[in-house]
Amino acid sequence: MDLILSALGWIFDPAHWESGSRSPLPIQDRLLEHLRYTAGSLVIAAAIALPLGFYIGHTGRGRQFVISFTGAMRALPTLGLLYFLLMVFGYWLSFDTAPIVGATISFVILAIPSMLAGAYAGLESVDRQTIDAARANGMTEWQILSRVEIPLALPLILGGLRAATLQVIATVTIASYAGLGGLGRIITSGIGLNDYDLILGGALLVTGLALFVDALFALAQRLTATPGLTENHPAARRRTIKRSPRPRAPENA
Amino acid sequence: MIEFESVSKRFEDGTVAVEDFSFVLPSHKTTVFVGSSGCGKTTLLRMINRMIEPSSGRITIDGVDIAGRNKVELRRSIGYVLQAAGLLPHRKVVDNVATVPLLQGVSKTEARGRALDLLDTVGLDRALAKRYPRQLSGGQQQRVGVARALASDPNILLMDEPFGAVDPIVRADLQAELNRLQRELGKTIVFVTHDIDEAFLLADQVVIFRKGGIIAQAGTPAQILAEPADDFVASFIGADKGKRTLHLQQREGDEGLTLVVDGDGRPIGVLRDGTLEPEVPGP
Ligand SMILES: Nc1ncnc2c1ncn2[C@@H]1O[C@H](COP(=O)(O)OP(=O)(O)OP(=O)(O)O)[C@@H](O)[C@H]1O
Ligand SMILES: [Mg+2]
Repeated sequence: MDLILSALGWIFDPAHWESGSRSPLPIQDRLLEHLRYTAGSLVIAAAIALPLGFYIGHTGRGRQFVISFTGAMRALPTLGLLYFLLMVFGYWLSFDTAPIVGATISFVILAIPSMLAGAYAGLESVDRQTIDAARANGMTEWQILSRVEIPLALPLILGGLRAATLQVIATVTIASYAGLGGLGRIITSGIGLNDYDLILGGALLVTGLALFVDALFALAQRLTATPGLTENHPAARRRTIKRSPRPRAPENA
Repeated sequence: MIEFESVSKRFEDGTVAVEDFSFVLPSHKTTVFVGSSGCGKTTLLRMINRMIEPSSGRITIDGVDIAGRNKVELRRSIGYVLQAAGLLPHRKVVDNVATVPLLQGVSKTEARGRALDLLDTVGLDRALAKRYPRQLSGGQQQRVGVARALASDPNILLMDEPFGAVDPIVRADLQAELNRLQRELGKTIVFVTHDIDEAFLLADQVVIFRKGGIIAQAGTPAQILAEPADDFVASFIGADKGKRTLHLQQREGDEGLTLVVDGDGRPIGVLRDGTLEPEVPGP
């Protein structure tokens, strides 16, 4: 408990937020780096995973591919992948760019499976009759996707984005192993200096950031909750969405 | 007029759903397809709006081969009512009804205004317009489905067992409503059902199918009732059990009342004043 209090004290010490402090400070610089790596990787991952997931969910083509491929991608250890990519890109790219490229690719690969699964499973979950009726009413395939499938799949799509975001926020911590910044830098310095305030403070910052972003997602999910899908009780809707990504305990157990 | 010319449909898995089907569906009339499950009724219906493409043969609407028409345009010009209503769950009733006009670029205000009128047409309270489909009963959803199909004022209305999933009382209601609507609107309706009584109630022309989309008999309800083409038709319409041939009977002690009895002699009603029910005026 003392350790945590001391780490919290370290976080809230204004001196550690002063610009121009000695590396790995100030905290806000590392925080911004952390967010930048996270956002960059997520945007790239989304640009790949969402269209692919929509395509597969809409056409039903390549389902087997997604299932086996995302499974394999999930099994990849990100840290191992990062070292491997650093080695590969170390030959090709300059000393400056290799780490950021290698790290970004690692995080993109980490984020893709959840996003892809969310997009694909979301579209898959839409009632076939509804889609059939939309088509029979004269919607084009694009209109079916944009006006029927995506709105109805939104909870699952957002669930996938949310899971991917949390994974990436937590994992961007290892960017410091590639010599990059981010909150991981604080932890690594702490390990080097054997300074528990830094180690624990960094870890708490990562946790706090993850919780904060998760709360933003929860809010976004409530605000975009598809009307008409539940009985119009916001509370009930929130409950189902929050719980659905996790395995549920068997009922009547 | 919709004309099938030697239309066949073989699905990828080899199932032959329809074989060499030729038939004319006259304009402004209700043609009812009836037959047991799997005989190809839905397949035939969905070939009219190109939800299914024939493997061979052609279908024309007013002489124009639909294979040459843009699928999306064609579907927007034909109303389609499905068994499960198939409403968009995330859109309010009024927007569901306005689906096709909105796709056709009609302004939102105008499309919604028209949608509200259509709720009246199908006998729904306008207060339901702001609800979501989930908040309606099955029968109400079905009416919304009919309103949506009418929204672009199509000449052709395809209805695939639209009243199959509602209880008998609501179904009777909806059937009566459809008959009333059809008298006003005079659409070319193609209606699919399992229920021969529903077919006789709604049809100008009934087509009874065997497996493989083969016509067992086609004709007006009276023609089919009077002369079932074969044993299959007779058993399908229940004529073999005597329930379709009625006789008049006067019994002692009835003081001049005339009983109507079926082929087994079971009384099913009385003749009112010995007069015929006036024929329902056609559209
Ligand atoms: N997409 C498909 N692929 C393969 N076979 C199909 C397909 N759709 C329908 N069939 C088959 O074609 C035949 C006719 O089907 P269809 O749906 O037209 O029957 P139906 O008369 O509408 O039956 P029901 O009264 O049960 O709705 C059936 O044997 C069915 O299994
Ligand atoms: Mg059918």
